[in-house]
Amino acid sequence: METVRLNTDILVIGGGTAGCWAAITIAEQSGLDVLICEKAGIKRSGCLAAGVNALNAYITEGKTPQDYADYCEKDAAGIVRGDLLLTMSERLNSVTEKLERLGLVILKDEQGRYAARGDRNIKINGENIKPLIAQEVRRHSQISVLEHVDITDLETSSGRASGAYGFGIEDGTFYAISAKAVIIATGGAAGLYRPNNPGFSKHKMWYPPFNTGAGYAMGILHGAEMTTFEMRFIALRCKDTIAPTGTLAQGAGAKQINALGEVYEQKYGLTTSERVYGTVMENLAGRGPCYLRTKGISREKAQSLEKAYLNMAPSQTLKWLESGVPVEEQDVEIEGTEPYIVGGHTASGFWVDTARMTTIPGLFAAGDVSGGAPQKYVTGALAEGEIAGESAVRYAEKLIPEPLPEESVQAHINETEGFLSGRKSLYTAPQLEEAMQTVMDKYAGGIGASYRFTEAQLDIADRRIAQLFELSGQLSADSPRELLRIYELRERLVVCRSVIAHLRARQETRWHCFAENLDWPERNDRDWRKYVNSRLENGKIRVIFRELISGGETYEHSDKQG
Amino acid sequence: MSIAINRDKCIGCGRCTQACPGSLIGMSQGKAVMRYPEECWGCTACLKECPVHAVRLFLGADIGGGGTLLHTERQGEILRWIFERPDGTVQEIPIDTRESNKY
Ligand SMILES: Cc1cc2nc3c(=O)[nH]c(=O)nc-3n(C[C@H](O)[C@H](O)[C@H](O)COP(=O)(O)OP(=O)(O)OC[C@H]3O[C@@H](n4cnc5c(N)ncnc54)[C@H](O)[C@@H]3O)c2cc1C
Ligand code: SF4
Ligand code: SF4
Repeated sequence: METVRLNTDILVIGGGTAGCWAAITIAEQSGLDVLICEKAGIKRSGCLAAGVNALNAYITEGKTPQDYADYCEKDAAGIVRGDLLLTMSERLNSVTEKLERLGLVILKDEQGRYAARGDRNIKINGENIKPLIAQEVRRHSQISVLEHVDITDLETSSGRASGAYGFGIEDGTFYAISAKAVIIATGGAAGLYRPNNPGFSKHKMWYPPFNTGAGYAMGILHGAEMTTFEMRFIALRCKDTIAPTGTLAQGAGAKQINALGEVYEQKYGLTTSERVYGTVMENLAGRGPCYLRTKGISREKAQSLEKAYLNMAPSQTLKWLESGVPVEEQDVEIEGTEPYIVGGHTASGFWVDTARMTTIPGLFAAGDVSGGAPQKYVTGALAEGEIAGESAVRYAEKLIPEPLPEESVQAHINETEGFLSGRKSLYTAPQLEEAMQTVMDKYAGGIGASYRFTEAQLDIADRRIAQLFELSGQLSADSPRELLRIYELRERLVVCRSVIAHLRARQETRWHCFAENLDWPERNDRDWRKYVNSRLENGKIRVIFRELISGGETYEHSDKQG
Repeated sequence: MSIAINRDKCIGCGRCTQACPGSLIGMSQGKAVMRYPEECWGCTACLKECPVHAVRLFLGADIGGGGTLLHTERQGEILRWIFERPDGTVQEIPIDTRESNKY
């Protein structure tokens, strides 16, 4: 295996929304070198690949950053980090203005102010948002970009994050990269559960199927503290295409109706989880399928919707055309997705301090991989990228580089070569992936279980996932691209175990569907207004409970536990 | 959900392979090939990159696909979305990239 050794000041793992923005921030604010390692190409990688519909997080006129933080807190039934939400919200508008300077088209009213969609959103043409950000990255000579390189592990043996390991997806080159500080920005995790369309269109899911939870997995295996993995994210989406519904609901004012034509959303509540829950309940009561009512809208509105979807989720427009029925003459069927772990929508992810440093010194987290701050969306991911970038600069400036320990480099090469050695393996990565998704679906509250679970089921899930992880160690790949599948599977399996442990630990049902615990079906504010965190210690997941942290506070890591 | 690549049109520039967020497209004998048809996310990055419009997106039959093929062509500020139906009819939705979404 050809080995390339690289040194940089700050390593950014994942060249998506938050990662690219962190790199730009570092280049603008310091003289330090940055290296972005991205498993695909930064022009269209990650969540922003197809484009986005609106900027969902913006402080509109008359509102304050604290208002946004309060909204997020309410939507998440209190389990959020007030400090993280506030420091993020304070930057939402400045990152938006910067996006506009980079060329993003934002709709303005007659006074030249951004045109709001509701209280918190602004209207854009987001089709080219990622190419614009990538272009800005390329403008900075301090930033190097290594593309089509999958990062598989961190180096933390000196007690801080001092680098990472990975391999070239096309050429198989092994990379050993040392850095003074590391920013992890690998996004969330999709593909843990059996998806909506498990056959040919299995990857027609909402969250990118290529975000496999690598960052979470690396952190977990290195003993980083994780938070709120039990708050899974389940989205309400257009059936089949799993395209976002916000454009129809908030944008075009379409109401959720059941098969009888009754508007049911008021009955169950309007938080993100309640909207999914209502749809599940209507289906279980025999009043499905459910729809967003678009029948009867004007032709002009219908055409705008066709265009809006092409700018973000083109398959929905294709689906409308394939149906042979004009948009204004049909309702859009909706369904809940499989559960994802996404720290940009719910609060799951790395447990960080206010500066976005994880519990591993020198490892910073931003975007969907980082916990405690739900409803980040694009602008929140950028804000966190900025904060993490600034913090990493302060951290790295004081340090002298440290070489990677040779035995560790060799151990990582051996692991990778092991998978490529041509050994016989009874199973393949896709088979084990299917098994994992089936187990999670049945025993850990997937679509097939209407998102519900019991403790007894979780115990089965945990045993089965542990067994699958064992089996995955014996897999064999005949090319670097196939090797990627093995690593992606293993990352997901590691994340699954943490999800199961967290679902089991929170003995209440605070969020319908997200964590619908049949053994503890009620919300219990007396005992459970606290964070469920976890750490892997000696191969076992230890659950840690911590007291809530509110807006004005600054949080620093210490060993004190709530 | 997947893509179909027209081998005859493909000039082997590799841009689609570079752009795909899942590294799903490979090169074989100087032409692009879809290595993992069942793993396509449908993001259309490859369509937009292809200089000769050799890549088409289609919906799987499992999610309501009826054989229509979609590709894009860029003309200055206009991004043209072109839908070719199996019966040979073509529909086009042009989008002015300087215009924001209405919803
Ligand atoms: C379909 C969709 C539509 C959305 N629409 C909107 C919207 O309209 N408005 C809005 O405000 N928000 C929207 N969001 C949310 C928003 O886009 C995300 O919250 C945000 O982009 C997340 O940024 P991120 O940097 O955490 O993740 P990403 O941008 O996904 O970046 C993660 C990056 O890490 C890379 N990576 C992963 N693992 C590895 C590894 N092991 N090694 C190297 N690289 C790796 C990935 O390839 C990717 O490039 C949408 C999200 C999705 C999925
Ligand atoms: S549509 Fe997106 S995911 Fe599918 S092959 Fe093209 S670039 Fe890859
Ligand atoms: S972008 Fe088009 S021409 Fe270039 S390799 Fe891909 S299919 Fe062929």
